Amino acid sequence: MSAAVLNGLNRRNFLKAGAAGAAGLIVGFYLPDRADARAQQPAGAAPAKLNAWMMISPDNSVKIMIDKAEMGQGILTALCMIAAEELECDWKSIRTEFAPAAKEYFNPAFGMQGTGGSSSVRSSWDPMRKAGAAARDMLLQAAATQWKVEKADCRAENGMIYHDASKRKVSYGAVAGAAGLLPVPQDPPLKDPKMYRIIGKSTKRLDTPDKVNGRAEFGIDVRRPEMLYAVVARCPVFGGKVASFDATRAKAQPGVKHVVEISRGVAVVADNTWSAMQGRRVLEVKWDEGTNAGADSENISKLFSEQMSKSGAEARKEGDATSALGAGAQKIEAVYEVPYLAHATMEPLNCTADVRADRVDVWAPTQFQTMAQGASAKICGLKPENVFIHSTFLGGGFGRKAGTDFVMEAVETSKAIGAPVKLTWSREDDMQHDFYRPASYAKMAGAVGPDGWPTAWTTRVACSSIMEAWFPGSTKNDLDPTSVEGVANLPYSIPNIQVDYVRTEPGIPVGFWRSVGASQNGYFSECFIDELAAAGKKDPYEFRRRLLDKAPRQLGVLNMVAEKAGWDKPLAAGRYRGIAVLEAFQSFAAQVVEISLDRKARTVKIHRVVCAVDVGRVVNPANIVMQSESAIVYGLSSALYGEIAIAGGRVVQANFNNYKVLRLDEMPVVEVYIVPSEEKPTGAGELSVPPVVPALCNAIFTATGRRIRRLPIRAEDLA
Amino acid sequence: MAIQFIVNGKPQSVDVPPNMPLLWVLRDTLGMTGTKFGCGMALCGACTVHIEGEATRSCITPVSSVAGKKITTIEGLSTDRSHPVQRAWIEVDVPQCGYCQSGQIMSASSLLAKNTKPSDSEIDDAMKGNICRCGTYQRIREAVHRAASLTRAEAAPPQPAKEEFAELEPAGEHAQAGGRA
Repeated sequence: MSAAVLNGLNRRNFLKAGAAGAAGLIVGFYLPDRADARAQQPAGAAPAKLNAWMMISPDNSVKIMIDKAEMGQGILTALCMIAAEELECDWKSIRTEFAPAAKEYFNPAFGMQGTGGSSSVRSSWDPMRKAGAAARDMLLQAAATQWKVEKADCRAENGMIYHDASKRKVSYGAVAGAAGLLPVPQDPPLKDPKMYRIIGKSTKRLDTPDKVNGRAEFGIDVRRPEMLYAVVARCPVFGGKVASFDATRAKAQPGVKHVVEISRGVAVVADNTWSAMQGRRVLEVKWDEGTNAGADSENISKLFSEQMSKSGAEARKEGDATSALGAGAQKIEAVYEVPYLAHATMEPLNCTADVRADRVDVWAPTQFQTMAQGASAKICGLKPENVFIHSTFLGGGFGRKAGTDFVMEAVETSKAIGAPVKLTWSREDDMQHDFYRPASYAKMAGAVGPDGWPTAWTTRVACSSIMEAWFPGSTKNDLDPTSVEGVANLPYSIPNIQVDYVRTEPGIPVGFWRSVGASQNGYFSECFIDELAAAGKKDPYEFRRRLLDKAPRQLGVLNMVAEKAGWDKPLAAGRYRGIAVLEAFQSFAAQVVEISLDRKARTVKIHRVVCAVDVGRVVNPANIVMQSESAIVYGLSSALYGEIAIAGGRVVQANFNNYKVLRLDEMPVVEVYIVPSEEKPTGAGELSVPPVVPALCNAIFTATGRRIRRLPIRAEDLA
Repeated sequence: MAIQFIVNGKPQSVDVPPNMPLLWVLRDTLGMTGTKFGCGMALCGACTVHIEGEATRSCITPVSSVAGKKITTIEGLSTDRSHPVQRAWIEVDVPQCGYCQSGQIMSASSLLAKNTKPSDSEIDDAMKGNICRCGTYQRIREAVHRAASLTRAEAAPPQPAKEEFAELEPAGEHAQAGGRA
C-alpha cells in the first residue's frame, strides 16, 4: 500500500475524530512508510495517533481501533483490556471505533484482515501489548522532555504521567501531540504479568450499554442518503443460474424501482425492504438449475458410504492399526453421520454499497474485510485501496459472515442501478443459501485388549473440503485438515492409530461453522471413545483419565469437570450423565451433561451442563464464561434439532419453524470453570461447541443403552 | 392514504401500503432501526414492540392495524437506559452480539408490566418466543428476576427511615458507565 493511500485512510479517521472536537497528529507504528505521512501533518491538527490502534485526544479520551469483527464474542472489550493494560490509560477514557480495511490490521494468523478460528486474542496478544507499551513509552518520553528530566524517573498511571521527585504530573492528552512526533520504540518493555491490573479481571462488556437501547449499529441498520433497498431472487438449486426473467409484474408493485440481473440472480430494488420483497414475490424467473438438481440427502449419504471402501488421504498414522484391530480381544465398529448445518445468525445477511466511478463504499457486517474489499474492487475494476470497508457490529457471525457473497451482491446491484443500496436477505434466503457445516460420515473401528484397555483406533472420514472450496489449491495431498480436526488430534494413548480422509464433493456449498471440523469430529471421537470404554467395562471418566497420560491440558480440564460435576457421587433417581473432553483451536474443554428422559413422550430434558476450560492466560474471565455458555447452547441446538436436508438440489428447511434452535424454556443450568494457566492466551468462542454434543449423547446412552450415531437426536433415540 | 399512530409518544403519519408490516415502517420509513428483522414470521421475537402495552411481533403486524394506537419501541423504553429491564440487562451483562436483545427487552418489560414477581416458568412462557443464537438465556432469566426486583423497589412506597440513604446508593448504570465489573 502506498503512503498516499494510507494518507487517504488516515484522513478519514481524522475527519471522524475531528467531528468529536479533537486535535493532534499521526505517527506510524510497525509501518515504516507512514513516516512521511506523519511529516505532512501539522502538529496540533488532529488527535495524536500513536500507532494503528491508539489515538489520544487533548480531552484525554483514548480511541482504540477495533480491527476484529465484534460478533458477540466480546473481542471489542478484550482488545481494549489488552491495550489499556500496557498503555496504563484510564479505563473510563476508552472509546472504540471499528478499523477500516487496511494492511496494518492484517490478522497474522490469516495474512489478511479477518476474524475467525478463535484467533483474535491469540493473534492480537503480542501486537496489542507492544502497541500499548510503545505508546506509553512515547508519552513518558514526551513528558520527560517537557520537564527536562529522565524518562526513567517518570511513571505512567491511569492516564497521567508523574514525576514524583518534583511532584509534577501531566495528563496523557496534554503530551500526546508531542509524543506523536517521537520515534516509535520497536521493542518496548512489556509489563510483568504479576503487575496486571486489568488483564485477568472479570470486566463488563464495553458494548452492552448500546445493546440495551437499540443504539448499536449492525450492518442491517445502516442508512445512507438516497439509499434504495434490495432483495435478490436466487436459484433454489445450488449452482443454478438465471435462464430468463420477466420483470413486468415485479415492476408493477408499489415502490419497486429497478429489477436487474446480477451474477447470483435477479435483484429487485425498491424504496423499502418490504416493497422489494413484494416485488420479488411476483417476479417471474426461469432458472437453469444446472447439475445439482438431483442431489438429495439420501444420495449424499450413500455417496459417503461408498467412499468407505476407498483408502483416504492419511491424516495420522501411528503403529499398525489395521493389524491391531484384528488382534484385540474385542473389535468395535460403528458408523457415525451428521447432516449439513446452517449458521442461522440472528441478523440475516445484508450489505450496503455505494458504487461511484472512482470509489466504492461498503458497509457490512463482515468477518473478512480484506476479502470483501478485494471482491468489491474486482467487480468495479478499481484498486482495493479505492474500496472503503466500513465494518459494523455483527448480529452473530459463527463463520457465515466470512463470506463475500452478500457483499458482492450489494456491490453489483449498486453498480447496476447507480445508487447506494442496502441489500437484505430474508431468513429463508439466509437458511437456503448458506455455506453449510459439511455433512460428514465416519467409519470408526477400535480394538480393546483382554484388560479392557484400547489397542487400536481407526477413523475414515468422508465429507466436502472447506479449504478447497474457499481457497482452491490450499490443501496438500488431498488432505483438508479442517475435515479431520477433532479426530486426527485424538489425545489418547492408544498404540495404533490411523485416521484418513476421503474428499467427497456432493455439490452443496460448505463453509466455516462455529468450531468447524471439531463440531462433527469431536462428536465422532468422543462418542466412540465412550463405546470403547463400555466395551472395556470401564467408567467413561476413568477410561479417559488414564489414556490422557500424555495430554496434560486435556487431563486438567477433564479432572476439573469431574470434580465440579461430582462425578464420584451418585445421581438422583432418573438422572443420567455423560462426559466428553476435546481440544479445539489450541484451547481445551471438558463437559459433563446431566439429563432425564420422558420415555413416553420420547423427549430429553437437559438439567445441567458443567464445563471446564483451559484457554491459557485469561484476558477476561467473565467473557470466557459467557462464550462457554454461548457455545454450549449452539452445540445443544445442533444436537437436538440441527439438520439442513437436501431434496431436488434445494434446502428443505426455510425458517425457525423447521430449523429449530434451543429456546429459553429448554435452557439448562450451565456452570463454567476455568483452569488457571500462564500459557499464551487462546480463544474461547468456538471451544465449547463440540464437547457438549457427545457428552449429551453419552448421557442418553447411559439412560437407554443405545448409542446415538446420527444427528440430530431423534424421538426413537429417546425411548 | 396516510396512516397515523403514536411511536414513543410522538405522533407519526406515514403514507405506505396498508399491509406493509409495522417492522418495515419503523425501520425503513421512520428510520428507527432498534427494532430488528429476524424471521418475518413471528418465530424469533427480534421485532417485538409494545402496542398499547402488549408485546407484539411487528414483522407480521400490518401497519393499518395500528392506526390510532400507541406503540413503544426499544428506543422509547427510556431515554437514558433507566428502565428496570435495561438496568438489569446492564448489571447482568446479558448481550453478546446484541441483535436479539431489543426484542428480548421488549418481551421482558411487557411481562413485568403485568407481573412484578414472575416465576421461572412464567419467565419461560413469556420469553420462549424470543430466540437468541448467542445463547444468553441463562443470563436473560437472571436479569428478568433482577429487573422484577428493581421494578418492585420502584413501585414500593417510600420508606422514611431509608430515604436519607437513597442518594448515597450508586445507581446501577453509573457503576457500569466505564464498563468495569
